[in-house]
Amino acid sequence: MIAQHAQILVVILPLLCAPLVLLLGKSRIAVWFTVGVLSVNALLTWWLLLQVLTIGTLRYSLGNWPAPWGIEYRLDPLGALLQVMIASIAAVMAPFLRKLLAEEIGSSRQYAALVAFILLTAGLLGIVATGDAFNVFVFLEISSLSTYALIAIADKRDALLASFRYLIVGTIGATFFLIGIGLVYILTGTLNMDDLAVRLPEVSHTNTTQIALIFVTIGIAIKAAIWPLHAWLIPCYSYAPRGIVAFLAALSTKVALYALARFLFGVFPLADMPIGSVLLEILQLLAIAAMLIGSAAAIAHSNVRAVLAYSSVAQIGYITLGLALATSAGVTAAIIHMFNHAFIKGSLFMCIAILATGSGKHTLESLKGLGHRMPIVGIALLIGGFSLIGVPLTSGFISKWFLITALVQAEKWIWIVAVLLSSVMSIIYVWKIVEAVFDKSDDKQVRSYDLSVDIPIVLLAAVSLYIGINSSALVSTAEQASKWLLGMP
Amino acid sequence: MDSQLYNYWLVILLMMTGLYALIARGNLIRKIIGLNIFQVSVFMLYISAGFIREGAAPILSPNVDVYSNPLPHVLILTAIVVSVATTALGLALVIRIKAAFGSIDDDTLSYSSGDSATELSIKTQKSSQ
Amino acid sequence: MSDDIILRIVGKFLIPLVVVFALYVQFHGEYGPGGGFQAGVILGAALILYRLLFGDAAARKAVSPRWLRLQAAVGVLLYGGTGVAGILLQGQFLEYNVLLTDPINGQHLGIILIELGVLLTVSATITALAYTFSADSEEHLSDPQVDASSQSDQLRS
Repeated sequence: MIAQHAQILVVILPLLCAPLVLLLGKSRIAVWFTVGVLSVNALLTWWLLLQVLTIGTLRYSLGNWPAPWGIEYRLDPLGALLQVMIASIAAVMAPFLRKLLAEEIGSSRQYAALVAFILLTAGLLGIVATGDAFNVFVFLEISSLSTYALIAIADKRDALLASFRYLIVGTIGATFFLIGIGLVYILTGTLNMDDLAVRLPEVSHTNTTQIALIFVTIGIAIKAAIWPLHAWLIPCYSYAPRGIVAFLAALSTKVALYALARFLFGVFPLADMPIGSVLLEILQLLAIAAMLIGSAAAIAHSNVRAVLAYSSVAQIGYITLGLALATSAGVTAAIIHMFNHAFIKGSLFMCIAILATGSGKHTLESLKGLGHRMPIVGIALLIGGFSLIGVPLTSGFISKWFLITALVQAEKWIWIVAVLLSSVMSIIYVWKIVEAVFDKSDDKQVRSYDLSVDIPIVLLAAVSLYIGINSSALVSTAEQASKWLLGMP
Repeated sequence: MDSQLYNYWLVILLMMTGLYALIARGNLIRKIIGLNIFQVSVFMLYISAGFIREGAAPILSPNVDVYSNPLPHVLILTAIVVSVATTALGLALVIRIKAAFGSIDDDTLSYSSGDSATELSIKTQKSSQ
Repeated sequence: MSDDIILRIVGKFLIPLVVVFALYVQFHGEYGPGGGFQAGVILGAALILYRLLFGDAAARKAVSPRWLRLQAAVGVLLYGGTGVAGILLQGQFLEYNVLLTDPINGQHLGIILIELGVLLTVSATITALAYTFSADSEEHLSDPQVDASSQSDQLRS
């Protein structure tokens, strides 16, 4: 029975877990209950990934109403891979959320943070699970609303402002997306994404379809922080509670990029549309700009979280570039980097969160020498940093290798120069952080800290290393996912 | 002009009003009001699309052949709930911002420079709003 | 405002009517315009009106924030539970046909339970919002918006 319904349970379990945790309130059981539910969820997503890879796309009709009429959940290789990523990172982080937040959030608010965290997880899983365009909007807003609440939950001045500004920009993005969906619904009378893919080619030349595509793309681009729509991301990542940022930076933009890929390749008939190729060209240019400007800004900043946030903008550029190539190799590279970057950035932000515990400061100055005091965190930081640069034997190398191969195949020589240039710049900003963290001259007091919070860092960094050494499973999954996404047999 | 299309002109008018209020005004409450007007314009877009000439309310009845399309209404009911939640959260944030900064005018609010990291981001934030 | 005797007396007369109207909208929702969302908002409006007329203390005594939190959570659980019941009875998630032996009765039962869940959550959330925004003290409810966001999903799934 569970096998048959696993697809829906992945979304339902966290969604029902949230009100239960609200009922359990401040008791310790709430945390363990959450950890239990999220762990079961993570196991389910692994099992689903194996299922999808062996028997192909899974479908599930809610309320047993058949597909174009009822709401259909569908799981394809790409969705299954992302669900594994989301559910695993959530399950790994949940047990330590309380410790990570302890310094910034009073215990009376911690369970509210936990509820919002679970809803955020449910929303992200839902975006990936559903096959209904309007459902994507609903889950997008569930995850966004939880994100706004989580950013502001510590009640710090800057975080409040960052959250409010993100709320305004994010809602504009979601509403743009809603307009786009509305236009295609008016044109075709359907909201099922597969059904849309069948019906949209008939109207692919109408102005309405072009406008709908633009609205959907801009709407999702805001959520995915594609340059130049990234402005909300920097203050949010710089001021949100430290433990929360690790989760946000790891997942939320990736899921938005998944939605972008899904709509560009799985819904709109880009090849038949007059603006299709123009849009992809523009996205490529924006991606290049994101890489160069993001990396340059990362070098310029001295606040470590701002450095990592700008680095995220640049990394999102890599993913967008891969997607916008719209070739099998390009999309494969994008998927691999989506997966790798989630683990890299998640572990890096976690490292910074732990290093900054106590001082509460995130300047390079304040982190000086801490790498020696906390060797495990220091080593994880090194692994994450090397991955960000793309040093061989780390997962970042695999991503860049595939991206450059794809660019060579597409004969985009100038883009390759830009990617390499951005990588060189990433060496500079990663070096800046590493140099400060392992600075020997500084003689700080050894601060005792709870070693158990190192567990998620070790796990996330281990994934980066493992993929760097043996990437065959990820690569074959990504290849299958990109083939499916581009509609190739 | 076909009288049928008046709704859509109204939608465009509302949309532009809302976006203007979002961009032009520094007052945070006005921004939220602008956001609401903007969202309502999209609700009207959906509802207008659901209307069918001569169509009755979508409740099954033996004397009626043509019904209006109920689905957009249902979708928009959901979108309204999302919009209520967003507005509520936005207002809650405004209350906290007022308590923390003593002002709700966006032009006077800025990130504290204690961490000295976000000069650039503040500028881009302002221009984006 | 709370000194105004006319308002209070009219309020005492009106509030029960508003509640009854909410229930009418709730249960007529199956056959005509109405349903859990609308009824929930009307019920919430009745509670907010009570709070406006009789003051914050009286309202908190009648419906405490703690109770509202419970009600909101129970509403979502009722909704989700109905869906899961469909799975347990060998159907799909949210399939009402299998709830009773007769599919048509099952549909009736299913939609009534679902709308009841929506009513509970919406009315609690709307009232909780009013409490939160009017709270003078630092004592806040948890996160009413979190409930609102979860319930927004309810309608579609």
